[in-house]
Formats: sequence, structure tokens, C-alpha cells
Amino acid sequence: MVTRALPGECPLEKSPAEIMTRRSWARCLLGAFAASLATVLYPVLRYVAPPPESAVSTNAALAGTLGELIPNSGKTFRFGSRPALLVRLASGEYKSMSAVCTHLGCTVQYRPETKQVWCACHNGCYDVNGKNVSGPPPRALEAYDVQVRGQEIYVSRKQAA
Amino acid sequence: MNAVVRVQTWIDERFNLAESLAPLREKTVPIHKYSYWYLLGGITLFTFLVQLCTGVLLLLYYRPTANEAFESVQNITNHVQFGWLIRSVHSWSANLMVFCAFAHMFSVALTKAYKKPRELTWVTGVFLLFLVLGFGLSGYLLPWNTRAYFATKVGTEVAGRVPLIGHMQMVLLRGGEDVTGATLTRFFGLHVVILPALTVGMLLIHLLLVQKFGTSVPVSVLTQWQQHPDQRKEMPFFPNFFLRELMGWYIALGCLVALSVFFPWELGNKADPFSSAPPGIKPEWYFLAQFQTLKLIPSRILFIDGEVLGILGFGLGAGLWLGLPFIESLLGCRRGRWIRVGILFALAYLMIMTIVGYMAS
Repeated sequence: MVTRALPGECPLEKSPAEIMTRRSWARCLLGAFAASLATVLYPVLRYVAPPPESAVSTNAALAGTLGELIPNSGKTFRFGSRPALLVRLASGEYKSMSAVCTHLGCTVQYRPETKQVWCACHNGCYDVNGKNVSGPPPRALEAYDVQVRGQEIYVSRKQAA
Repeated sequence: MNAVVRVQTWIDERFNLAESLAPLREKTVPIHKYSYWYLLGGITLFTFLVQLCTGVLLLLYYRPTANEAFESVQNITNHVQFGWLIRSVHSWSANLMVFCAFAHMFSVALTKAYKKPRELTWVTGVFLLFLVLGFGLSGYLLPWNTRAYFATKVGTEVAGRVPLIGHMQMVLLRGGEDVTGATLTRFFGLHVVILPALTVGMLLIHLLLVQKFGTSVPVSVLTQWQQHPDQRKEMPFFPNFFLRELMGWYIALGCLVALSVFFPWELGNKADPFSSAPPGIKPEWYFLAQFQTLKLIPSRILFIDGEVLGILGFGLGAGLWLGLPFIESLLGCRRGRWIRVGILFALAYLMIMTIVGYMAS
């Protein structure tokens, strides 16, 4: 095969195999270039992904003190890195659960007038045990154990049976 | 020779400005009963320019950390001279930009201006709308108030419910598992660097394509012109249409300032990640239709969580919208008429759900 020569140059005699070699060499170079780009992109992508948080999971937290809540009321408190809800029923009994709505993650609250746990974002309702009863939430809220020690109310994750 | 002519000659000798601007001088804009709709794209561009200017001014005082963001916006509003005006204009202009972008897009859709050869003009335009909505979502969090906090929590949770890649994209957006100061820093970077850069690039392509293919004429007007060629009317882009556009910009500026002065943008209360979402909480009007849909959709449909189905539906809708010109050409002329029904349905759905969402307690 004769390749076209530039003015002033001699025509070069090349076999198809040699041209393929040159082409595959160019492909190799391109592959190496792509790989070098990947070595640049990989650290960038890893940098953008946040490092895993340490000690995210908490098993127990101080929710409040006795007398802080009147009967038929509730409050949110910090349970590790997430909000949780403490409810004092009209009977005086305490209930606690995660305050993160299972629908789209808003923070729920206790509504004394309906005696239900309610999410203001998309109108989801749960009963005082955290079970989803109406609206869009697909699952129940995680219920916690409540323990009263002296004047303080502690909340902990339920122990697996 | 006066100074202006001397400067013009100096530039012309070096850059041959007269030749570069020649296409602009030949550009014309059709005159018909829908001509006023042509102004909307330009007004959207104007509101974007207002956003750039007021955004740079806000950057002088804003501090993007969870501890300082709210207080710095409070400082801008209460202590910096005319800070309340700059912030209010920025917020109102953002809303006007979204409104004009939607109006421009539906006017293009209903007059079928996206058809061959303008398919890519449509695609870049829809991408610009997505970028504008991205600006809305990222900028909304920056004052770090209660509404912003929960809107971001829901918005990023929506991204997190997308099957397979959802959790990864939620963590990337939030800078962790929860909405924290890390999210604020990320959204700040997105809002002031990444989104503006992408928008400017996409805008340039969009404007180049508009310049390349000229202004589209609605089919009904074109048919009329073909039957009665004497009714065909056009005006030069420069200066005739340009001056009309400037008048539109000036009116938009007047509206912006009036809205900012008479209805200054509220700041609300500082976000508390451990307090409940307050009753009556809603997103901005341009996310109300999606918000209302997620509110009404049942918790489970067959074996899928309702919200996942809703989010997949939004994604499918956005994909179909993006591919509108291609779908129409695939369907062919006769079945393509259903496209207009689809566009009107989308418009009616968005409007009705927005009104229902606005009225809902």
C-alpha cells in the first residue's frame, strides 16, 4: 500500500500489517491516556465522597427529667446524631421513638389534640407506639425503651429478643 | 473625529468588529400575534444576570457555616446598608427566573418550536431549567432557617430514594448521612461555583443554537403566511427587537424592586436539626406540585413504597420532557398530535397540584 506523501517527500511503502500496528499503537496510547485520566478522576471522586462518620450509632440517651412534660405532651431530644421523640401519655406513661419520619425524613411531633404522632411535612400519622396509621409513611417509627432513673428519663434502643 | 468613533475605529482595525457583528444585523424576528412570547427567554436571561450581580454582593457578607450562616444573613438584612434590598431582590429574582423559565418552556412546547432543526435548543433549554431548579434547591438552604432545613432534608431524601444509586447520591449531596453543616458547605459550593459555571456554559450553547436556527414561527402562523405571503412581517433584531427586549427587562426590574420593597423576603427562625418540622411547612411554589403528589400518594402501591414510585414517576416525566422532540418525530405526524394533549396535561397537572398544595393546610 502506498501512503500519500507530503510535497518534497518520497512515497512510503507500508504493508497493511504495519499500518495496523501503528493504529493499534495509537489505540494503546489512547488507552493509556484514558487510564491516566482515571488515576486523576479516582482521587477526586473519593475526595467528594465524605469519610465515614465515627460513632454514629448511639444506644442510649438522656431524654429529659421527670416533671418536664405535662401529661398528653411530647418533646424532641437528641439521640446520637438523629432526633427522637419522648411522649408522656395522658395516663402518665412515657413512650419514646425515633422522630425521623419513615416517609421522607422530616422530624415528627406529638399532637395532643389527636393523641397521635404527626409529620407536618406530608401529613403522615403514627400511633403512640410508632406504628404508621395514615398518610404516606410506609413503615413504623423505631420504638425505644424508656427507663426512669431517679429524676432522669433515659431512652435506649430495644434489645433484640 | 470624536472619542467614541476613534475607539470604535481602533477596535475595528484590530478585530474587524463590523464583519463579526454582520449576522446580528441581518437577524430578524417574525411579527405575529404570539410575538410577545419571544420576550420571555430574554427576561429569564435578565433575571439570571440580576442573580449573578446580587449573588456577588451577598458573598461580601455571607458566611457558609452552620454556626454563622443564619446570623450572617440576619446581619445582611438588619445591619448592612440596603442589605435587605439586595437579599430581597436576589430571592424575588430567583422566583421570577423560575417562573419565566417555565413560561418560556411551555410557550416553546405549545408552539412546537422544538421541532427539527431545533431539537438540541430544546434539550439545552430543559437542562437549563434543571440547573435553575438546582439553584433553587441549593440556594434555599443557605440562610440555614427552619424551612430551608426541612426542605433540604426532604429534597435530598427524595434523591436518596432512587433505586440503586439513591443512597450514594444522597450522601454525596449531604456530605454525610444527615443534613448538617457539611451539607451547607457543599450546597454553597454548588450554588456559587459549580451551577453558575455549568449554567453559563449551557446558556452559551443555547444562545448559539438560537442564533444559528433563528426564531421559530408557530405552525398556524406559518400556514397563514404561506397562503397570504403579503401578511408576512418581520422586524430587525437590532435595534427594533433588542429595544423591545430592553423595555421588557426594565419592566421586570421595576417589578423586582417593587416586590422586594413591598414584600421583603422573610428570614424565619434559625434551623434546629433536633426540633420537629413546624405545622404548615411547605417548599417553594415551584416544588409544590411534587410535594403535593408525594403527600397524596399511598404508602404502598402493590409491593413498592409509594414515595419510590412517585420519585420514579418524576424521573420518567423529566426524561420524557427532555426527549419531547425525538418522541414526536418517532410517533409521526398523526399520532404526534397526542403530544400537545400530553403537554396540556402536564401544564394542567403542575398548575392544579401547585394550587392544591398552596391551599392545603
